[in-house]
Amino acid sequence: MIWKESCSKLSRICQLLHELKAVHRQYADAAMQYFRQSMSSFDLVIKPRGGWQPIDVHELWRYRELLGFLVWRDIKVRYKQTLLGGGWAVLQPLIGMLVFGTLFTTVAPIRSDGSPYPLFVFAGLAPWTFFANALGLASNSLVGSEHMIRKIYFPRIFVPLGATFALGLDMLISVAFMGLVMAYYRWPVSPKICLLPIFIASCFLIAGGLGLILSALNVRYRDVKYVVPFFTQMAFFLTPVIYPLRNVPPRLKMLVGLNPMAGTVEGFRYALLGSPASWDVIWTSLIVSVVIFVIGLYSFRRLELTFADLI
Amino acid sequence: MDPVIEIRNLSKSYRLGERSQLYGSFREAMIRGITAPFTRRNGKGRAAREPFWAVRDINVDVHQGDTIGIIGSNGAGKSTILKIISRITDPSSGEIRVRGRIGSLLEVGTGFHPELTGRENVYLNGAILGMKKTEIQAKFDEIVNFSGVGPFLDTPVKRYSSGMYVRLAFAIAAHLDPEILIVDEVLAVGDVAFQKKCLGKMAEASSRSRTLLFVSHNLAAVESLCNRGIVLQHGRLVFDGSSKDAVQFYLHNVEESGAGARSHVVDLTGAPGRVRKYEPHLKRLELYHGDGRPLTGDVRAGEPLRAVVVFDLEHPCMSFDASIAFDTPTGQRVCTAHSAYEPDREHEERIGEQSFVCDIPSLPLVPGEYKIGVGLDIGGCEVDWIDGAASLTVLKSDYYGTGVIPTKGHFLLDNRWSLAHETSEVYS
Repeated sequence: MIWKESCSKLSRICQLLHELKAVHRQYADAAMQYFRQSMSSFDLVIKPRGGWQPIDVHELWRYRELLGFLVWRDIKVRYKQTLLGGGWAVLQPLIGMLVFGTLFTTVAPIRSDGSPYPLFVFAGLAPWTFFANALGLASNSLVGSEHMIRKIYFPRIFVPLGATFALGLDMLISVAFMGLVMAYYRWPVSPKICLLPIFIASCFLIAGGLGLILSALNVRYRDVKYVVPFFTQMAFFLTPVIYPLRNVPPRLKMLVGLNPMAGTVEGFRYALLGSPASWDVIWTSLIVSVVIFVIGLYSFRRLELTFADLI
Repeated sequence: MDPVIEIRNLSKSYRLGERSQLYGSFREAMIRGITAPFTRRNGKGRAAREPFWAVRDINVDVHQGDTIGIIGSNGAGKSTILKIISRITDPSSGEIRVRGRIGSLLEVGTGFHPELTGRENVYLNGAILGMKKTEIQAKFDEIVNFSGVGPFLDTPVKRYSSGMYVRLAFAIAAHLDPEILIVDEVLAVGDVAFQKKCLGKMAEASSRSRTLLFVSHNLAAVESLCNRGIVLQHGRLVFDGSSKDAVQFYLHNVEESGAGARSHVVDLTGAPGRVRKYEPHLKRLELYHGDGRPLTGDVRAGEPLRAVVVFDLEHPCMSFDASIAFDTPTGQRVCTAHSAYEPDREHEERIGEQSFVCDIPSLPLVPGEYKIGVGLDIGGCEVDWIDGAASLTVLKSDYYGTGVIPTKGHFLLDNRWSLAHETSEVYS
């Protein structure tokens, strides 16, 4: 009896799935047709624009392959004619770990949040190195592509975003290396690691959003080139990379949380090392990072109108 | 049928000095931000600065299959129009409506990365030009064959010769298959044989009823490739018609008025061709036809020509001489007319502005372009000399009265020919 019932239920589910598939196919066909139509009788109107511009998702989708090619180019070119190649992705946080590890365990001891200090520092340096490098590369990316911007049309947004995405590989390499360091210290991996992608994403949003704003400003004001390295250096000390967030006095904690990298670094440690995390700071940071990215997108769209005339 | 491109009242202005000013810094922006309310109160804001119109009130309809050559002197607004159609920059006012996929080629090899190999750059550049990956893959072999850089495909392009670089770049662009192709002066590069190949490829595209917008200084290419020509002058459209008529219009109306040297009176006081060590003694050069009509650049071979050299003598002086010389465009001297060659030259003391008149009864120059140099000697020493003070087009004429137009060399030599009856007769 039960057997029969479950059998009929199963067939019913199968039928539902089938219907769902048919509906889905119908939608896919309609979308495809719309897409083809818009390609063939593409009606473009060029006129003066000003002020805030919408994000043209349709166009970004059409050019999606270009983003891939730009990322691929940046990755391919970055370590050309270097001896160590991708090793630099590991070496930067590794050297940081050794220097800070020695400095803050022997010279001016800082107590970590329970994990061995070098591990603690490495988990912070992995996102931070990505952030600092991405910001530097992205903010100069548009000015560096001056030639392309003056000679051909494509979604300009891909230039700083491509530079940021290209550094994602470095981040993945350093996270993988983090695994080796953890093995060396016999530090267990917890299931919390499943949350890591969220913090990686927030890292991208922050670097991407700021990169968009700064690269666009750099077209107009070359001061940006000098401001960014200085800014990242200062921000390094304001972000709990070499010290735990716990050491920050409670009244300053919310202020620190407004720095989205603070929560992201905290999140990295939580996911990788299972360190105790202050979730209010992490939540603030996640929200701020999304806000930064949206502001970045729209201000870029607004500033991009005059790029070709100003660059 | 509806036009594929409609250009309506298109204008683009730049504020003069904008570039240098906006290159500035936060500091300037902040100062401007703070002072702006006050300057506006003074009634002098940004509007006080005179805008520069790169393109003004252009109206053009482009139909499918049109191949349009856009001609004009430097700064006439040709490239600006192409940039607006290619969506690189926005217009200041007006509108363009486009039907169909645009491929724009304002430069070959945009986005080439020197560190990447030829193969990698084909993909990258193709994607930048708007090709799909599958499209590039499908055309890859064709592109490589066209470029002829096959053996070096896996070499970084920074090791390419400039010729190879350009060929690969153009090969990719030539295989872009848009409905509307926009090309700006890209054929100025590469060797002649390859240029021909590219022109052929573009002609092939236009024969498939593709639409082509083509900017070039190569008037012959415009004439042969395009069926329609547009002439721009100072940002305005001054001619729209067949490409042959457009080239003629450009040669006769635009280029002449563009160069001040084509007026029959040439001011020499600030002439750029002056030999640097000299003070400006020469003031003017005036050119006339034999019958006294002002000569504005064109003269038929063998016609009389009158040149008046006007100069200034600061001190009382008896021994002074003026000269004019005819040079080829490449600077080779053809012949010189010098007042010292005049057997009946009168010498008397003069001071102040003087005019020396030179009459050439028959201009002995082969049809073509020439430059006129002007000079002044005082006391047997050259005190002023201007190279290329004016330019002169010598037109074809039946100089020898035989219907045979001389075209070789530069100088028309008076000569007589007769056939000897017997060899011995020649010496008798």
